[in-house]
Amino acid sequence: MEDLLNAIILFSNFVLVPATAYGAQLALGALGVTLVFGILRFSNFAHGDTMAFGTMVVILVTWWFQSMGISIHPLPTALLALPFGILATIGLLLATDRLVYKFYRKQKSPPVVFVMASVGVMFVMNGIVRFIIGPNDQVFADGERFIMKARDFKASTGMAEGLTIKVSQALTLGIAIIVVIALFWFLQRTRTGKSMRAFSDNEDLALLSGISPERVVMITWIIAAALATIAGTLYGLDKSFKPFTYFQLLLPIFAAAIVGGIGNPLGAIAGGFVVAFSEVTITYAYKKFLRYLLPENLEPNSLVQLLSTDYKFAVSFVILVLVLLIRPTGIFKGKVL
Amino acid sequence: MTIHRNVLLFAGMFGLLAIVGFGQSWSVALTIFNLCLISAIMALGVNIQWGYAGLFNIGIMGFAALGGVAAVLVSKPPVTEAWGAGALGIGLAMISLGVTIAATIYARRKLTGRRRNLISFAIIIAGFFITRAIFDPAVSAIEAIEPAKTGYLGGLGLPIIVSWLVGGVFAAGAAWLVGKIALGLRSDYLAIATLGISEIIIAVLKNEDWLTRGVKNVAGLKRPVAREIELQNTDWFISMADTLGTNVISFSSIFVKLSYSLLFATVLLAILWLSEKALKSPWGRMMRAIRDNRDAAEAMGKDVTRRHLQVFILGSAVVGIAGAMLTTLDGQFTPGTYNPLRYTFLIWVMVIVGGSGNNWGAVLGGFLIWFVWIEAEPAGAWLMNAITSGMSEGNALRDHLIKSAPHMRLMVMGMILLLVLRFSPRGLIPER
Amino acid sequence: MSFLSGENMTGGYGGVDILHDCTIAVDKGEIAVIVGPNGAGKSTAMKAIFGMLDIHKGRIMLDGKDISDLSPQDRVRAGMGFVPQNNNVFTSLTVQENLEMGAYIRTDNFSDTMAQVFDLFPILKEKRNQPAGELSGGQRQQVAVGRALMTQPKVLMLDEPTAGVSPIVMDELLDRIIEVARSGVAVLMVEQNARQALNIADKGYVLVQGRNRFTDTGEALLANPEVRKSFLGG
Repeated sequence: MEDLLNAIILFSNFVLVPATAYGAQLALGALGVTLVFGILRFSNFAHGDTMAFGTMVVILVTWWFQSMGISIHPLPTALLALPFGILATIGLLLATDRLVYKFYRKQKSPPVVFVMASVGVMFVMNGIVRFIIGPNDQVFADGERFIMKARDFKASTGMAEGLTIKVSQALTLGIAIIVVIALFWFLQRTRTGKSMRAFSDNEDLALLSGISPERVVMITWIIAAALATIAGTLYGLDKSFKPFTYFQLLLPIFAAAIVGGIGNPLGAIAGGFVVAFSEVTITYAYKKFLRYLLPENLEPNSLVQLLSTDYKFAVSFVILVLVLLIRPTGIFKGKVL
Repeated sequence: MTIHRNVLLFAGMFGLLAIVGFGQSWSVALTIFNLCLISAIMALGVNIQWGYAGLFNIGIMGFAALGGVAAVLVSKPPVTEAWGAGALGIGLAMISLGVTIAATIYARRKLTGRRRNLISFAIIIAGFFITRAIFDPAVSAIEAIEPAKTGYLGGLGLPIIVSWLVGGVFAAGAAWLVGKIALGLRSDYLAIATLGISEIIIAVLKNEDWLTRGVKNVAGLKRPVAREIELQNTDWFISMADTLGTNVISFSSIFVKLSYSLLFATVLLAILWLSEKALKSPWGRMMRAIRDNRDAAEAMGKDVTRRHLQVFILGSAVVGIAGAMLTTLDGQFTPGTYNPLRYTFLIWVMVIVGGSGNNWGAVLGGFLIWFVWIEAEPAGAWLMNAITSGMSEGNALRDHLIKSAPHMRLMVMGMILLLVLRFSPRGLIPER
Repeated sequence: MSFLSGENMTGGYGGVDILHDCTIAVDKGEIAVIVGPNGAGKSTAMKAIFGMLDIHKGRIMLDGKDISDLSPQDRVRAGMGFVPQNNNVFTSLTVQENLEMGAYIRTDNFSDTMAQVFDLFPILKEKRNQPAGELSGGQRQQVAVGRALMTQPKVLMLDEPTAGVSPIVMDELLDRIIEVARSGVAVLMVEQNARQALNIADKGYVLVQGRNRFTDTGEALLANPEVRKSFLGG
């Protein structure tokens, strides 16, 4: 019995808790991609670097606050800096839309041209971020680090295994829930939100109804900027900030959006958790976990790891491929073709 | 008239290289020139995909790296002990993998409904564990053999030039796989799938030490041309340097670089000739017709997805060839150095700037952008130094600006791409 | 002078004229129907009046004002409602949300209008929280008409509203359209089912190859032996 409990605690500590936090981060990222896809109808390759840019601004403002001694201990100062990051990112995305995408919208260019332009934007943003903050790891988490430490957990429960819950993980989940509720309230209940859904559903009819495409596009970028900055900051707090990592997040984020059904916000959230849980469960080494569960003579002597963590992107890719092969519209029917 | 202009453009390009030759040194100019040639080949490959067919591949890096690994697998001598220790296991594991895939496909064809997914899932899981059970011990056995020196299977010990062809075949294989999955769906999905596969290829090359030594790199690859040191000790070479009145050592370096240039230029011209032939053939005209009006082509009974698969494989193969050549020139295979900015994005800028759909444009773009990319680094550093010259020594902002100058290149390249796409989407040498 | 008229319209797509000197007009409280064989330019005439197609000759007049230069969106604001033939509802939005989107340009309280639409199409009230994509073909057409009515248009234009619905539903739908017209709206519609449409029409336009062939009251056209022979199948 105690072995079973220990196994559950171990599994929670190394799989459930981290995967939930990671899933929430991916979900927020995928929401941004899926919204842009729903309204502007292209896969935005600059989304990962948008996240990097937003996070970079948050980090810079955090450092500034720290230098002035402003803090909201026990919470990380970055939360205080978050609105500044969002504002800067909104500015960046609106400027990008003005300078880059608007032209192609007027031209009614095919989606592939938008995708290519977004790749160009991705590299410019990448350059900006590296130019300002450099290509290296930046740590900006401060405040209390743990809600529950493994040691305290062990002491109070008397179990052999400990459970750690980081502040960043709890924050991620809490903020993600708030953001998602706010977003769905906006999309389902407000006139502007409904007009966005209408535009995404049937652009011509939306135009006939007098819905202004430019306004819808502008609001989409504003929301995408907020989502990207929040997702990026939470990821950075939970792990660390490195521009290249954010570029690499593109793949799991796209996988999440497509798995859920691209263009479908609910699908993006489901997809985020599907990808995160697959990634973590497949790259987790089950040796110790099995040792608790199996009788002694059956204990495994290898790590029992399905895939090394170096291949975590392969997991997203395989999920992506499976979805494309079996059900290209995703779990919740998204747009396809 | 346009021919005239194109000749001028190429003459200008060679003029730029000549300026470097006179200004800096001929050795530097030839180094740039050699990479220009390879870049031009990669750009040709991408142009075949994008310019002929409108396929957006952002996994160029992966295909180039496959070419690189071909250079290792073809040219390095086999590690006999490693073969003895693990080759059988690896082979069996590959067979097991193949059987798993075949069984899955068979099950999916024969079964229907719920059972179809259940059984194919079971086959995949069982196959995975069986394959791993054979594979893992073999890998450990191979990697245990002199890990500091070898720790991998080695290659076939063939001349490295063979690897250029093999690299093309490797890349074509990967392209077939990706194309089968993603072509025929939204155009965005090909982009996402290629991005994914290239990241995975790099991850494999970095981590499968038994195959590529991973991040331990494979150095000292064979060379298709003579080594400088050999030349310096060869009589005819010394006498040739004497007659030309140059220093033997510097002449040997230039001679080697020129030999590479000759090889690369031959490949470039051959591929260019073939590409032009293909473009002007009925096949090329059909490709362009499909690109310009897919619906009409489909209505006329053309199998668009199949054609796209062909062109995607061909283009990727060319990139693979260039990737193998690049590794040959480097003389070593370093999986850690592949990054998408240099190997994917830069090639795209070459194609767009040169003129998508025009092979000569792709070649010119390859030359020009590589040149700018190389020369932008000293230019950027110089610019930053000039801007910050008013600031005091040790000023934090000054240090930061000078240190960040290399990242300016990315931004500049992104800007160039966006500007050309916007204001001159047909590029320097437009499609005819 | 009619309330809405497209006078001497000539135009088409990509430099090829489809309409030649075509004139269509309708007054408040009236139903005007455009009929004709396939490819006669019926829908094109409709689109030209709504501004979705450029005409290089002729003009469009609404309530005595020349609106030839207005965009479709501005024509909606000027009091025209348009129900396209295909994709005429937001399938992922609920019935009520569809109606709300119809009223998007209105800043005043539109609950009265929505109540009127629900009175006109009681089934919509019942299904107002269902996504429009889940409704039957006839119900979707009702949503589409209802959506266009939400701006309280003075002119309602319908492009083949009865396409693909069963005969019973068609009769029902045409009854509702009569009801709309009786409330003082000018109704202009293109119809494939010429006989039924002319039955309810105050005015009928028979187009052939983009030209006016016959123009008369619906009754007179139905009685005209030539029209009967060529266009109504005897």
